[in-house]
Amino acid sequence: MTTGTAALPKRSFRSRFGFLLAPPFGPLIFLALICILFTVLPLLRGQEQRFLSPQNFALIVQQTAVIGVLAIGQTLIILTGGIDLSNGLIMALTSVIMAGLSVKGFSLTSSGTPIDPIFAIGIGLTVASLAGFINGSLVTRLKLPPFIVTLGTLNIAFALTRIYSTSTINGLPEPMIALGSVIEVAGARVPLYALVMLVLFFIVWFILRETRFGRHIYAVGDNSESAALVGIPVNRILLLVYTCAGFLYGIAALLLISRQENGDPQAGQTSNLESITAVVLGGTSLFGGRGNVVGTLIGALIVAVIRNGLTQQGANPIIQTLITGVLVITAVAVDKFSQRAK
Amino acid sequence: MNGSQQTPVLEARQLVKHYGHVVALDECDFELYAGEILAVIGDNGAGKSTLIKALSGAVSPTSGEIRMNGQVVHFRSPLDARRAGIETVYQNLALSPALNIVENLFLGRELLRPGFFGTVLRMVDKAKMLEEATHYMEDLKFRIQSMKQPVETLSGGQRQGVAVARSAAFAHNVIIMDEPTAALGVKESGMVLDLIRKVRDRGLPVILISHNMPHVFELADRIHIQRLGKRSAIIKPSEYSMSDAVAIMTGAVAVK
Repeated sequence: MTTGTAALPKRSFRSRFGFLLAPPFGPLIFLALICILFTVLPLLRGQEQRFLSPQNFALIVQQTAVIGVLAIGQTLIILTGGIDLSNGLIMALTSVIMAGLSVKGFSLTSSGTPIDPIFAIGIGLTVASLAGFINGSLVTRLKLPPFIVTLGTLNIAFALTRIYSTSTINGLPEPMIALGSVIEVAGARVPLYALVMLVLFFIVWFILRETRFGRHIYAVGDNSESAALVGIPVNRILLLVYTCAGFLYGIAALLLISRQENGDPQAGQTSNLESITAVVLGGTSLFGGRGNVVGTLIGALIVAVIRNGLTQQGANPIIQTLITGVLVITAVAVDKFSQRAK
Repeated sequence: MNGSQQTPVLEARQLVKHYGHVVALDECDFELYAGEILAVIGDNGAGKSTLIKALSGAVSPTSGEIRMNGQVVHFRSPLDARRAGIETVYQNLALSPALNIVENLFLGRELLRPGFFGTVLRMVDKAKMLEEATHYMEDLKFRIQSMKQPVETLSGGQRQGVAVARSAAFAHNVIIMDEPTAALGVKESGMVLDLIRKVRDRGLPVILISHNMPHVFELADRIHIQRLGKRSAIIKPSEYSMSDAVAIMTGAVAVK
């Protein structure tokens, strides 16, 4: 008997063109469609066309920056089959710590000697990474479900943030908000932090696609038992992923500070769900092992474009939340059925 | 019996394994010689899987010793056994469905790019892995539409084929197959059996655990029959019938 040839499946329409629905093509096509919609809609309604301009796109990218970086960390964790509810609150905690240190140093009262902003940022990033490390340790050592672990650390981070400061921390020194400075790209004024987000997306895309660590993240999320059997250090990969995600939340905190020019204890309270929304709309599977950060960027942009477009149309802002809800359910349903088909 | 003059590639002497009060292995012996397919059969609870787990490093025996090419070895984990050149094809857990064939073949053993890209950036060498995987699969006459298709798009037999090919590629001493044809159709089973033969013909001894008597009798050079934690017989398929084997397995007939 010849091996393999007999059982080759016929190439159906679905297998030939199914990739158009598959991430990141599906989400990308959807993003293009809503962009076209918001370009055409004002023309039909006899309004001025404001959507299709470099400055508006720059605004959209800018609005995506903080949630986008959080969503990168979320993507890494979801790719391993986990989920992170704590990301927004880890960001809030980090932002008040960074801001506080740079304004009043280690003093816990309202005044003190500021420390060097670079140190403040370094300590903030360390705290954020440590928070991620704690999440990862609880998931790998105690074998607790990521959902519960991060629900716990969400509350802890929230409480610590409020204990540290209940009001926004203002009067930040210049280096803390340096990423807020604006440069000109293709006729649009873009703040540096928006570019930082794009660079981070590129770096993580590269790591996931080209490096051994990246391939192992997929293997762990796809089938952790088989990954362990071929000798992949599953726990070490998970720990590393949660720690990297924490570090990214620290970067998100820095972007948040640059954007708002303060440390904000109120920030990030719905970021966990918003980041999961971006990941899911980008076609990354909540079951782990499938998806990528390009999809997540597109997913985050979809949410931002809908918000931007509806605002320009003068729609009730709550409509955007409604549409997002419908899209999330649709995206997960598509994922589930495409997996069942296999 | 067969080849008693040569040193077995893998050998167990007086292997004992207790789980609490349960005796899973009771001074069990085992030999595997170069270039053979040795089937291990036995009723449920005969200690078959404990024996295999001990040989592949998944459990450590209470007492007794395991030798590889005459040298005593101690496997503390499946990874130890793998480093010693023993590869195991597991029944269901073998592959990552969303990853493609090349990625699965090299899973956990990815080749890195030479120079800066590999040593510093830890970039994998996709081109080289594709090339080696293609060569290797051609060698085994395992033809497939595209080496880059996800494993989940393959049929059950093709998947098992990938799992067998992966183990055979990296095993340099022994390959253990746990129920390789379970849940496969007739045609697909034939394809996997073919592949196992090719692996043996390349010189790797194979341990085959199977409940499927026709497959065992078609493929095996010798059959190790496990009963009540011991080896109760070694038979050659040419000298015994399937019903003899079943009789020995269930204790209806005793063989010296």
